[in-house]
Amino acid sequence: MNKTIRFMQGNEVCAEAAIYAGVNFFAGYPITPSTEIAESLALRLPESGGKFIQMEDEISSMCAIVGASLTGNKAMTATSGPGFSLMQEALGYAIMAEIPCVIVNVMRGGPSTGLPTQVGQGDVYQTRYGTHGDHAIITLTASNHADIFRMTIEAFNFAETYRTPVILLLDEVTGHLREKIEIPEPGKIPLVKRLRTAVKAGVDYHPYLPREDGRLPMSDFGDVHRYNVTGLYHDMWGFPTTNPPVVYGLIRHLVDKIENNTPRITRFRKYYTKDADTLFISYGASARSTLHLVENRRKRGENVGLLELQTLWPFPAEIVRDACSKVSLVIVVEMNMGQIAKEVKLAVNNPENVFLANRIDGELITPTDLRNTLRVIQGKGV
Amino acid sequence: MASKDFIRKRFFPHIWCPGCGHGIILNGLVRAVENLGLDRKNIVMVSGIGCSARISGYVDFHSLHTLHGRALAFATGVKLSKPELDVIVPMGDGDALAIGGNHFIHAARRNIEMTAIVMNNRIYGMTGGQFSPLSGYGTMGTTVPYGNIDHDFDVVDLSLSAGATFVARTTTYHVHEMIDLLTKAISHKGFSVLEVLTQCPTYFGRRNRIGDAVQMMETYKTGTTRIGSKKKQENPELIERGIFAQKELPEYCREYDSIIEKAKRK
Amino acid sequence: MAKTQLKEHHIELGWCKGCGICVHFCPKKVLEMDDQDKAYAARPEDCICCRMCELRCPDLAVEVICESPNKKKAAAKTMEAANE
Ligand SMILES: Cc1ncc(C[n+]2csc(CCOP(=O)(O)OP(=O)(O)O)c2C)c(N)n1
Ligand code: SF4
Ligand code: SF4
Ligand code: SF4
Repeated sequence: MNKTIRFMQGNEVCAEAAIYAGVNFFAGYPITPSTEIAESLALRLPESGGKFIQMEDEISSMCAIVGASLTGNKAMTATSGPGFSLMQEALGYAIMAEIPCVIVNVMRGGPSTGLPTQVGQGDVYQTRYGTHGDHAIITLTASNHADIFRMTIEAFNFAETYRTPVILLLDEVTGHLREKIEIPEPGKIPLVKRLRTAVKAGVDYHPYLPREDGRLPMSDFGDVHRYNVTGLYHDMWGFPTTNPPVVYGLIRHLVDKIENNTPRITRFRKYYTKDADTLFISYGASARSTLHLVENRRKRGENVGLLELQTLWPFPAEIVRDACSKVSLVIVVEMNMGQIAKEVKLAVNNPENVFLANRIDGELITPTDLRNTLRVIQGKGV
Repeated sequence: MASKDFIRKRFFPHIWCPGCGHGIILNGLVRAVENLGLDRKNIVMVSGIGCSARISGYVDFHSLHTLHGRALAFATGVKLSKPELDVIVPMGDGDALAIGGNHFIHAARRNIEMTAIVMNNRIYGMTGGQFSPLSGYGTMGTTVPYGNIDHDFDVVDLSLSAGATFVARTTTYHVHEMIDLLTKAISHKGFSVLEVLTQCPTYFGRRNRIGDAVQMMETYKTGTTRIGSKKKQENPELIERGIFAQKELPEYCREYDSIIEKAKRK
Repeated sequence: MAKTQLKEHHIELGWCKGCGICVHFCPKKVLEMDDQDKAYAARPEDCICCRMCELRCPDLAVEVICESPNKKKAAAKTMEAANE
């Protein structure tokens, strides 16, 4: 076996994984700390006949990938906070019109221009609630290069499976960190292909009628079926409607196709949780520091464990509740004011046992920070 | 194939008001497509939001009804990802040049092959008669109850300086000219802009006391003239119609093909 | 030159919204509005098959059906030029 071991940045890993997943269209606008994804794909995409375009802003980037997805392509964009804010309207469009595509947000400190070159994890809620109206969304994260590779591919796979935009939420630290990665051989990680309709030319095709398994076969623009795509509430042919039962059916479908599949969409990693008495819950760069601390504490014989969430939305409440049910202390580690901590409190039976360990100053939360927090919570003093 | 085969008859009568010029543009458009003998399966119509944007629901092409102002951005994704498609992008004046102004100039600058049709009724029809960037100084609208102090700009001049390689103007009165220019714009190999002066009798006509659709179309007859005509010299106020630019320059998708060649040879 | 002969005006009454554009701009004053505010051919014998009514109808409601359709366009172009 010829292993491909490379030393690269997290953002480059994301681009490489996208290529592995079969991306053939990227539209974006430069912004720190995500730009390397665009730069890598500008170089790599045309090598295999794919297309890269630098648009005039993030609004148009998000719109362009929707257009490209409709012609049958795997399409993605990458950005950071300010750009992600600009994408919200078109993200909602992609949700409503059920367009598979992937949006990477490499988080920096916010709000506003915030801390362009420093880390933050403040966009967790934005990925969930950023666009207007009721909806469901899939948001994935990763804390190391192997997982960035994995989760990027999962993002494309979920996008195709559920006919929906998927957000990959990375952060400045994981995006810019250089470390070793073994690039899996082609074919090793399963890829979900675009599900295309088998309906023949001349036969009525319903682009928005789910099959029994909930999936909706697509037809590429340029193919035999001419249908309508709109951000308005629409019928099974894609034409606008305000008919209450149809409106109700569509919003239910958009939410249910994701929420009801939460177990299938949930990805997580457990470290030393079996006999843990104190459980850390974290994700992204924070999870790196947490794992470091947990391993140190284990060496000293302390029963601490880590649940690393890789799917943030739909929130894996059952997994979290279950993992927390056996411990006396839960500490959520994140670099924001407690966005996932709030979800954890809602999910568990004893929210009073859930604490937040965070940093919101643009610096990576460290194992020392966590050790100190742990001591405070345990009443031992720093 | 007859022109009526290009429309989705089941949605008629359409939603536009009596006399709305947008319907005349739809009428001309299906005839231009008929003249060109295009295959419906290769045409994608991308529109934004507005009365004008509703046009995409009525044509039996692939139709993509998007967001206010963003039609050209969606269209860029469609076209670049599948350049063999004919992409037609009808837009209202607010859609194309207020909220969508940035996408408009950048699509023109790239010279990406698609047809932008600016359905210019000088008002926001769909939201009930507010002024648009093309209303012009002194006009009336619901958000300029004391008269408009915003200046307009010239769509043709803007398109030319942004780099569109086909630029033309006509009106809903001059239907043969409109069909001819639509035909040329759609077959143009590059970014083409056709501005069509079109009446919104419901809001622009009424608020500005021009009258009904018929009277508004009369103003297109008397208020415009062919480019370079003698009439224009006599009366500089007249708005010129015709082709302002028609040139061949490297087209974006074909340029990108050469990038692919280069990348593959690396 | 063989004259183009009108066969009929087909006006889709369900589509016509009574805007009067076809009536006003018909060069031969062939069309009128009926009491339901729908267009109809009051003097079909005067029609010259220029099809301006068909092309200017915002509701795509008019179809002018003529014999020897090849000549239609030439006639129409002359009319538009004359109207300028
Ligand atoms: C982001 C956003 N802002 C505002 C609107 C409301 N809106 C809908 S159509 C429209 C203007 C329509 O005017 P125009 O584009 O000129 O087209 P017309 O209706 O006159 O054909 C506006 C402001 C919207 N849909 N989306
Ligand atoms: S409001 Fe104006 S633009 Fe809209 S359909 Fe009516 S006439 Fe046309
Ligand atoms: S132009 Fe069309 S809609 Fe208007 S009156 Fe004539 S037939 Fe009716
Ligand atoms: S074809 Fe010409 S002459 Fe005949 S009714 Fe129509 S507009 Fe009048």
